[in-house]
Amino acid sequence: MTHIISELAAVLATALFIFALYWMNDPKTARRGVTAGVTGMAVAVIATWIQPEIVHHAWIVGAIILGFAVGVPLSRVPLTAVPQRTALSHAFGGLAAGLVGTAEYFLWIGEAGGAAHITPFRMGALVVEVILGFLTFTGSLMAAGKLQEVKWIPQRPVTYPGQNVVNLGVLALAVGLGVALVLHPDAVWGGKAFMAIGALALIFGVLLIIPIGGADMPTVISILNAYAGLAAVAMGFVLDSKLLVTAGALDGSSGLILSIIMCRAMNRSFTNVLFGAFGKAQPALVAGEKKEWKQETVEGASQLLEQARNVVIIPGYGMAVAQAQHKVRELYDALTKRGVTVKFAIHPVAGRMPGHMNVLLAEANIPYSALVEMDEINPEMPQTDVALVLGANDVVNPAARYAKATPIYGMPIIDADKAKTVLAVKRSKNPGFAGIDNELYVLDNTWMLFGDAKAVLADLVKQFGSGGIH
Amino acid sequence: MSDFGSMLFVFVLATFIGLGVIRRVSRLLYTPLMSLTNAISAIAVVGSIAVAGADHPLTIRILGGVALFASMTNIVSGFMITDRMLKMFKKQ
Repeated sequence: MTHIISELAAVLATALFIFALYWMNDPKTARRGVTAGVTGMAVAVIATWIQPEIVHHAWIVGAIILGFAVGVPLSRVPLTAVPQRTALSHAFGGLAAGLVGTAEYFLWIGEAGGAAHITPFRMGALVVEVILGFLTFTGSLMAAGKLQEVKWIPQRPVTYPGQNVVNLGVLALAVGLGVALVLHPDAVWGGKAFMAIGALALIFGVLLIIPIGGADMPTVISILNAYAGLAAVAMGFVLDSKLLVTAGALDGSSGLILSIIMCRAMNRSFTNVLFGAFGKAQPALVAGEKKEWKQETVEGASQLLEQARNVVIIPGYGMAVAQAQHKVRELYDALTKRGVTVKFAIHPVAGRMPGHMNVLLAEANIPYSALVEMDEINPEMPQTDVALVLGANDVVNPAARYAKATPIYGMPIIDADKAKTVLAVKRSKNPGFAGIDNELYVLDNTWMLFGDAKAVLADLVKQFGSGGIH
Repeated sequence: MSDFGSMLFVFVLATFIGLGVIRRVSRLLYTPLMSLTNAISAIAVVGSIAVAGADHPLTIRILGGVALFASMTNIVSGFMITDRMLKMFKKQ
């Protein structure tokens, strides 16, 4: 009887999960998706819990309470910290898969008759589960640490000669041991080999992420998302659970699609992101005379903005770092009140994770109809009076169009340079994450505003508020 | 126990459904999408419950308990933060 209940519950939960994702196609219905997801999850948990073989209830209640104790504060982080929270949750997902896989292995070899009755398919799935789970765990922890700017994790990419050979060697060793285990499931060295696979996967996760820099984080988080999903799929194969396989496949395909979108938005391939060590400082490659940037005062900038008919704001990671989204909203209000049309140009890889800018601007109550994707805004750029670049750098660098030797060559950019006037707010005079000079800043129609994005915006808004401009 | 073939079958079909559904997700919502799919894949909680709650040796149950804690954290924080973000989009 309980078995039938659990089968039905699994079907119901699967359907609810698919609906949850389906409702995400529109912000108006999206919250229904959360309800569907929570319901599906509750159904699945209860159906598993009532199975007769579950006897240690206190154990389960304790772990659930701890999960709430950590999960609730994690859901209340500031929205600028959402990328690291997401990376952390991939780490937890990977950890759960790795640990359940480890527990299953030692249960199997402890059973009467040893591991000989395990089919090669299940053993193979178990090896995949443990490798993917543990590499996602440490890899995502590293990514979260880099995003949180934890002191002992280097922010800049760490590279050394032969890095890719070492990385692939570690992975190959783990896979090799896994193959040996599939071929000889009941060998006396099985337990040791299994532990070694787990350890190698943990090491590989760290090695995989240390050469990766901040600008690649949107892609890397998406790839880790796909891995976490695939680890859940492998767990489903091991535990013979179609529900797990389905939910993991949904997560995996989401990570895959986001990875593809992010890679395209940077004109790079998966392998290039993971093994290319983007972000190493490149020598200035732009030939010709070195031009100087021109600085503008806040007063001059506010006049330019006020006289404009349409303004496009291009936000980037700098806006998130400065937590400037609420000041952006004030500027947006001040300008729209004066009849200026204000739009936001969102590059797919702006920020540190997919959709990062949209969430920050939505937090500041900017209507989402004002958020325009790169492909839609670019044809409008030549008619734009002022393009205000706010902490974005590589995504507006015109060198991406023709400078073949730079790492950003071929990357689609927002055509800020085509606007009649460009105002660029920048914290320092250093190059962006790709380590290259930005030609946009030295164009004839570009004016720089140096300073923290939030402070500069506050000054701009004050200019409008004081009525000093007529 | 279902065989290799039928599990693979489910996996392939679910991946196609996932690709079809995710492709239509609004670009505005990629960040909440990621936290939502993350919470959903924490369905690994059912595996953790089976390992932690059955009458297994203590070491196995400890592994299961930690896994259950990790999955539960993802479920709680994943759904809650998704809802928090979506609320910001909906009120407009």
